[in-house]
Amino acid sequence: MIRIENLSKTFTMHNQGGAIIPVMAGGALQVAPGECVGLIGQSGAGKSTLMRMVYGNYLAASGRIMIGDLDVAQAAPRQIIRLRRETLGYVSQFLRVVPRVPTIEVVAEPLLQLGVEPAAARARAAALLAQLNIPERLWSLSPTTFSGGEQQRVNIARGFAHRYPALLLDEPTASLDAVNRAVVLDLILEAKARGAAILGIFHDEAARATVCDRLIDVTGFMPKAAA
Amino acid sequence: MTDQAYNFAYLDEQTKRMIRRAILKGVAVPGYQVPFASREMPMPYGWGTGGVQVTAACLVPEDRLKVIDQGADDTTNAVSIRKFFQRTAGVEVTEATAEATVIQTRHRIPETALSEGQILVYQVPIPEPLRFLEPRETETRKMHELEEYGLMHVKLYEDIARHGEIATSYAYPVKVEGRYVMDPSPIPKFDNPKLGGNAAIQLFGAGREQRIYAVPPYTQVVSLDFDDHPFVASKAPHDCDLCGASESYLDEVITDDQGSRMYVCSDTDFCATRQEAGHHGRLGVPQFSSKKIAKSLEGFCAAEGVTE
Amino acid sequence: MTFHQPVQDTPLLRVTGLTKHYGARIGCADVSFDLYPGEVLGIVGESGSGKSTLLASLAGHLRPEFGRIAYDGRDVLAMSETERRRLSRTDWAYVHQNPRDGLRMGVSAGGNVGERLMAIGGRHYGDIRAKATDWLGRVEIAADRIDDRPSAFSGGMQQRLQIARNLVTAPRLVFMDEPTGGLDVSVQARLLDLLRGLVRDLGLSVIIVTHDLAVVRLLADRLMVMKSGHVVEQGLTDQVLDDPQHAYTQLLVSSVLQV
Repeated sequence: MIRIENLSKTFTMHNQGGAIIPVMAGGALQVAPGECVGLIGQSGAGKSTLMRMVYGNYLAASGRIMIGDLDVAQAAPRQIIRLRRETLGYVSQFLRVVPRVPTIEVVAEPLLQLGVEPAAARARAAALLAQLNIPERLWSLSPTTFSGGEQQRVNIARGFAHRYPALLLDEPTASLDAVNRAVVLDLILEAKARGAAILGIFHDEAARATVCDRLIDVTGFMPKAAA
Repeated sequence: MTDQAYNFAYLDEQTKRMIRRAILKGVAVPGYQVPFASREMPMPYGWGTGGVQVTAACLVPEDRLKVIDQGADDTTNAVSIRKFFQRTAGVEVTEATAEATVIQTRHRIPETALSEGQILVYQVPIPEPLRFLEPRETETRKMHELEEYGLMHVKLYEDIARHGEIATSYAYPVKVEGRYVMDPSPIPKFDNPKLGGNAAIQLFGAGREQRIYAVPPYTQVVSLDFDDHPFVASKAPHDCDLCGASESYLDEVITDDQGSRMYVCSDTDFCATRQEAGHHGRLGVPQFSSKKIAKSLEGFCAAEGVTE
Repeated sequence: MTFHQPVQDTPLLRVTGLTKHYGARIGCADVSFDLYPGEVLGIVGESGSGKSTLLASLAGHLRPEFGRIAYDGRDVLAMSETERRRLSRTDWAYVHQNPRDGLRMGVSAGGNVGERLMAIGGRHYGDIRAKATDWLGRVEIAADRIDDRPSAFSGGMQQRLQIARNLVTAPRLVFMDEPTGGLDVSVQARLLDLLRGLVRDLGLSVIIVTHDLAVVRLLADRLMVMKSGHVVEQGLTDQVLDDPQHAYTQLLVSSVLQV
């Protein structure tokens, strides 16, 4: 489902004397449907950079990033937009939403984008919020005022609202208590069971052990010059 | 009789030719506002300088002129314009609608049906019907050019929204021959049905705004409206108190400070002719001539500051 | 798996080599892009970068010297003015930065919304009013304000009214010039949410010009960065903002104050 070949990335800092910083070379991995692959490596090794490239957020310098039969490294913006809407979900560490939009709408939005009936979309959103222990009285409020842990759970609910065939998870359990952590891990296992291909970063070793089938150390993708 | 210091009908021949060309163009493109080089006239703007110039360009020595103001032959405006042409053109004048060859009018169409060969000249204060909603002249000309008349209905929409009905009661916009939207000058909407299919030539002159437009005989003229709020040519729900006419447009005259009032035909010639033929209204006693009423009306208008 | 469906491959708007000068000075030069149905394209750049010139040239307010604009396969620059103006009151819409430029301030809210309906032949007062009421609701203006003039509205309400007035004829392409420009931050957020919902529900294609990177991040699918009349970079919005390639974009992105 996810296949990365010979991926490289450089940053060119035009406003700092045009410095060219290579951050990745020879990146390669595969994730099959129903499989969860964890990225490991020290901080700064390029885990998040790789995730962002898979999502189309960062441009690749060279190589291929196949999601299904679309090469994200070459795709036109509208193909990536469609991919993100239908196929590839992403749970980031940070919640980025329009201020003042109620939580329930934030969570239902990915489904509304797909043309799901509003009532059905909100029902699914409500079920996820309940499962993630967000008190119902908060659903009509904007999540921008929530605590870090609550925002994280809203983000997860939003990421799992649509049953994406492929998922990127960036520290999904980072700031959660034990109860909610267990709920999130259940959601991940459930997604695997229905055949989702998952690529994730988990600092929490126990969580990693529970959901990951394989681990890939991105240190191996660091360019020689930078290493 | 004619004051020899002036050319016939005051304007010089070149100017009259220029105005006639504008008139011919207006007749050729019904409802289209033709620009013309309006001249200074020996009367202020707002007193009918546009109409006077059109009349001057149309008059020939054989003409018989009638001038009315709000339907009356003997109010200040009508009298002074009639005198003006008597002095500068020496044409015959009349108050009888049927006998006139040229009729200059302010704010009315005579009740008596016009016939072929007659010319009706309107005095127009603001020729642009879109003006109040779109003040830019460049834009309104474009709108006429491209037949973008949605805005005209916005005005009628606003009327209904505010008053529950189309409250525009005069200067009611019309569409001419299915093409140009036209301001019929401030005639009451009661007169609108007479604009269409009329046997006379109708010419409109706006002096200050320098525009002339025309409705040739037997032209289709349609008052704008909505399907669910159709145009209604309304008048006061009374009969004339002098001649008893039920079908003519009425003026309301306050007769004392106790709130007493009477309704009289605004067309003085029509009313007088009916009275002479023996028709009587509620107050239609013989000594109560319509001309006296017109005089009192004139005083009323002056007191209220009513001009164009 | 749904991703085997082909992405719709006919652009709604195809712009090629569009160039507009003001005398010897460049307004915008050699701008090319495609806009697909349902896409929101953001155009950013500082004042004088040519983004407003580009928008005005696209919307037909300015006449470019070179280039082609194809809308739904039709050559816009070759159209007669009648055709083009018809297009701009039916299929197209233009939301001005200042609602006073896009509204008739002397006409009631209902009349403002109804104007486009009447312009395309609406002649039933009841129907026009019903539609205006519906649209006021959709932009969160209470139905009992329908007979009030926009001068009695707050800036945010005026902007929402302008949007309703533009969208009532169900256009397919909407041009927006700094639509959140003059508004308070709190009002901006509400307007952004409203616009997002309308874009999604109506499948609108939108070209939005702004200097506010936060606005394009929330609204635009794709981004075009302009400098001195030229497009220096274009791509997926979050990619351009998070991994800018051009020196100017890097400067622009790094100059935004963080809150």
